[in-house]
Amino acid sequence: MLETTPIAAMTAAPAVEPAPSSASFFTRARDPLLAVLFPGAVLVVWHFATYGQKYNLIPPPSEVALALWDLTFGGINDDAYSRTLHIHLLASLSRVYGGFAIALAVALPLGLMIGRIALVRRVLDPTLQVLRPIPVTAWLPLAMIMFGLGPRSAFFLVCLGAFYPILINTIFGVRTVDPRLFEAASMLGCEGTAQFFRVGLPASLPAIFTGLRLGLGFAWVVIVVGEMTGVQTGLGAIIMEARQLSRTEIVICGMIVIGIAGFISDRLVMLLGKRLLRWSPNFA
Amino acid sequence: MRDTANPILELRGVGKQFELQDQRIEALRDANLRVRKGEFVCLIGASGCGKSTLLRIVAGFEKTTRGQALMWDRPIAGPGPQRGMVFQDYGLFPWLTVRGNIGFGPTARGRSTQEIKDIVERFITLVGLQRFADAYPHQLSGGMKQRVAIARVLANDAEIVLMDEPFGALDAMTRERLQYELLDIWQRTGLTVLFVTHSIEEAIFLADRIVVMSPGPGRIDSEIAVTLPRPRDVVASDFNDLRRELAQKLHSHHSRKAA
Repeated sequence: MLETTPIAAMTAAPAVEPAPSSASFFTRARDPLLAVLFPGAVLVVWHFATYGQKYNLIPPPSEVALALWDLTFGGINDDAYSRTLHIHLLASLSRVYGGFAIALAVALPLGLMIGRIALVRRVLDPTLQVLRPIPVTAWLPLAMIMFGLGPRSAFFLVCLGAFYPILINTIFGVRTVDPRLFEAASMLGCEGTAQFFRVGLPASLPAIFTGLRLGLGFAWVVIVVGEMTGVQTGLGAIIMEARQLSRTEIVICGMIVIGIAGFISDRLVMLLGKRLLRWSPNFA
Repeated sequence: MRDTANPILELRGVGKQFELQDQRIEALRDANLRVRKGEFVCLIGASGCGKSTLLRIVAGFEKTTRGQALMWDRPIAGPGPQRGMVFQDYGLFPWLTVRGNIGFGPTARGRSTQEIKDIVERFITLVGLQRFADAYPHQLSGGMKQRVAIARVLANDAEIVLMDEPFGALDAMTRERLQYELLDIWQRTGLTVLFVTHSIEEAIFLADRIVVMSPGPGRIDSEIAVTLPRPRDVVASDFNDLRRELAQKLHSHHSRKAA
């Protein structure tokens, strides 16, 4: 945290004495405690609404917990789902990050060009803006025709989900660089292409990074749609399959795992951002 | 060796008009100015008098619509390292440390790593920021940021430093200290300084010569040579005489504008 502290504060005498340990325990535990309060309440309501009832379509939380254990480690039901979580998680991870990587490889250079070159902007921007409101779900039939049943369609759809946030934020980043910085660069003898790479690009990084974070988030959001393309593995695939078999506890397990994986993935990106963009007051 | 009799900077009948939504705004009309090498010249005037426009023309950020701006008798075609600009809002690169900002120019101009390192150390020491060499701009106070901005243009071999109300955003104490430091650097390096300000006291304290500008359209009204010995005493009676003279000139612009 030291590098984020303003110099004025660093040079001042240490003002804050460490608080007594009992107080600091509660201060430190307060946020996590508050964070689990709401899901805890949901669990309780869920439990009493579903436990012990016959013919209930929604399984009680305990049943979901057992299913999640079985999905992860096996040894309870010993059916087709037992001990398969790692396979599905890995499949989904590879599609989320693979699709995201493709989206990044296309959207980043495209966004930089649209942001910087007026001709490219005039040629491509209108089309891209019309395509943007089309939901990823609407692309599903066409994707399956173009890319066939299977993982290639899944990659395409995940990629599409991550594409626009990266593109839009990259364009925004490039176009909103403080013109003063370009003036400063030219007056120091840095012009043209060098100026773009030494000033335009780094100055846009915070916005680009926001795009990456949103894009990765969307990649997780569309993973279920992406895996409706007839792939056998993946968290989206087992959710859709378990739904047809009325194994709602497996559906909920898939939802929980997607939520946790997406959350961890976002946290990792944020950590990376804080490191790479520690110069930016918005990230530090 | 350049002929020292020639001005380092010369404006010949410089005019500048902007087109703004079908309106033509005359920012500067028929400005003539000669600046000798090593001179400290202040431009002073009410807002809209074209002093920033004049500075931006010399920097090469704006083209003249009439007349010529020359440096060492050659037309100024665009921004360049000989004319270093210090902005009021600093214009530092936020992703570079103090070291990186000062080394930006030498790096852009392809100096060797060792040279850059030496230059950077020299100018960090010159502006007294050794302890903050690895800090990012957002961690610095306004005064420190402006020191970096000054060091950045000096490290790039600027012959003329163009300063656009550089201390305008700073508190009085910091401003005073930076004025002293700037004079010290100017005297030690033989720089030429073109300094825009709206503070009469700042102009008299710093300048060899004060160029008074007036608005509507912006133009050069008159020049006053400041011959007070340095370091100048801001409460001395001759300092106050000059202050009164300048204030009267600037006030007459205001009343004329209002009439």
